[in-house]
Amino acid sequence: MDKTRNALNEFGMMDEFAAGDSPIHRLNATAKLLCTVSYILVVMSFGKYSLSALSVMILWPVLLFQLSGIPMGACFYKLRMILPLVMAVGLFNPFFDRGIMLTLWGIGISGGVVSMLTLMLKGILCLMASFLLAATTPFDSICASLSKLHVPGTLVTLFLLTYRYIGVLGRELAIMSDAYHLRAPGQKGIHVSAWGSFLGQLLLRSMDRAQELYSSMLLRGYHKHFHYAPTRPFRWKDFFFLFSGISFFLLFRMVDVASILGSLFVSVR
Amino acid sequence: MHMADALLSPAVAGTMYIASGTAAAFSVLSLKKDEEPQKLPAMAVTAALVFSGQMINYTIPGTGSSGHLCGGMLLSAILGPQAGFLSMIVVLAIQCLFFADGGLMALGANIWNMAFYGCFIGYYLVWRPIIRSKLFGSGRAAMRARIIAASIIGCVLTLQMGAFSVVLETCLSGIADLPFGAFAALMQPIHLAIGLVEGLITSAVLCFVYESRPELLRDVMDAGEAAPKGGKSLRTTVAVLAAAALVIGGGLSLLASSHPDGLEWALFGNEDAGYAANMGLDEESFGVDSKAAEAAGNIQKATAILPDYSFSNSESPAGTSVSGLVGSVMVAVAAIMISMAGGFFRKRKAARVREYSDKEGGPDERVIR
Repeated sequence: MDKTRNALNEFGMMDEFAAGDSPIHRLNATAKLLCTVSYILVVMSFGKYSLSALSVMILWPVLLFQLSGIPMGACFYKLRMILPLVMAVGLFNPFFDRGIMLTLWGIGISGGVVSMLTLMLKGILCLMASFLLAATTPFDSICASLSKLHVPGTLVTLFLLTYRYIGVLGRELAIMSDAYHLRAPGQKGIHVSAWGSFLGQLLLRSMDRAQELYSSMLLRGYHKHFHYAPTRPFRWKDFFFLFSGISFFLLFRMVDVASILGSLFVSVR
Repeated sequence: MHMADALLSPAVAGTMYIASGTAAAFSVLSLKKDEEPQKLPAMAVTAALVFSGQMINYTIPGTGSSGHLCGGMLLSAILGPQAGFLSMIVVLAIQCLFFADGGLMALGANIWNMAFYGCFIGYYLVWRPIIRSKLFGSGRAAMRARIIAASIIGCVLTLQMGAFSVVLETCLSGIADLPFGAFAALMQPIHLAIGLVEGLITSAVLCFVYESRPELLRDVMDAGEAAPKGGKSLRTTVAVLAAAALVIGGGLSLLASSHPDGLEWALFGNEDAGYAANMGLDEESFGVDSKAAEAAGNIQKATAILPDYSFSNSESPAGTSVSGLVGSVMVAVAAIMISMAGGFFRKRKAARVREYSDKEGGPDERVIR
């Protein structure tokens, strides 16, 4: 097995990354969240064929990866989740859009190929940005900054509790499926006769657990909202990070830096 | 079915965020009105359960493949639609942040496609009416049949709607060249099969809950059918209902995938096939002959966030493209150099720490780092 264990490991890995220490880890969570969102928005807004202009955007996440010391390989492993749909959609572009955009050494490159590559690059860039956010910011801090951004308390508390319980239930489920597979060797998944009872058992136990959890919350003085430990305050450094980030994105969005750089070396007619 | 950021334009992503945000605000408010604090732990635990339950493979008998759990229907059957919706939001957000399943900006669209349909449409249009009806007669077996029917129809229907929304959002974003009809024809049948299996799994879990703890399914309790002992033939009911759902879902899917084509065809005609250009409408100038429409068009042109994709038609100077290519290569080199510099400095720091710990007998590198 198994997917459950793998997921738990991935979860643990992200936690470990987020617990590290680097200039990026030390930034305020709200600043990082806003910066990530604006980065993704800018990347999304690039045109269908602006592959070269978009390529400059890779510098920002690469820089942050290096500053934070998070290995980039861990991020690319996650590409397997988003790439299928992006590929499914993008792979058709070369078939529908055959206008030749560029001829290189006698090989014509069609608009469809360019737009497909742009689509994939966009997917990778957005993934890198959100991975960086999750890998350099503990989940509590993200939740605290969400509640600072006026996301309803119910939702934020739900986030925290769910995050906590995914580990607990995941481990329990991993044990259950180990036990099941030991008794049903050579079987790929859960047999149809156990479809209901397998998850149903856990569901029933979970509901009891939720009741106990609520009782213990009350006993510890829970009164409709959680109190967060003070997070890192929003300092000048954070403002500078956010400001420089957004101005870089806007600059790269408006000016095709790659083409300008390239035109220094390529003489245009 | 998780959308990625790359497939959406900012305008579409923003619209979907607003739509999902409104539904979320409504859910939070309506939960506040009733027993919110008591429900919170149950919501969190079931969300965590759905999250990990989606990792389990269910073998489909007779085939080599496996299915997964359909979260929205299960959550709204147990928690009610509003609480179920919020739990699904949390599941989707955590999937997006920690597993890169979906994207941060595509989250609004994903919530709409998977949580909104599954929880609200699935609950109000399918689950509650069927559970409260007198379908299949009365008694325990009938209630079980109703649960199965509701789960399967609900999952198939909501997944079809979700898949259709994916197609719609992608095409509205103008990212893919894949025509709307072809994309829909690709997505709907796949999700028909997925929805069917997910519906069967969901119904199996809900039936189990009904057998052992019917009080957890509040609509079943409202319908006044506490489970007495006895009764069977679950397998036959499943088989009959699966066949029924296949027929219904197949019809729906056909309708969904052929309708847009039909609409387009009806509006713009198909002269190749020997028909006249229908209704005299011309695809280019369709709907823009009035002054008001023209003004609206101009406003839209001014405010459009999407760039105008006329690149291949416009005089695209090859020189610009080549310099773009060269520039991109230079960017790639710069990126590699940044990575190498980072690696270099980290190595040097590690070496310094090692030196220090060798000399001073200080704590080892891992502790300092």
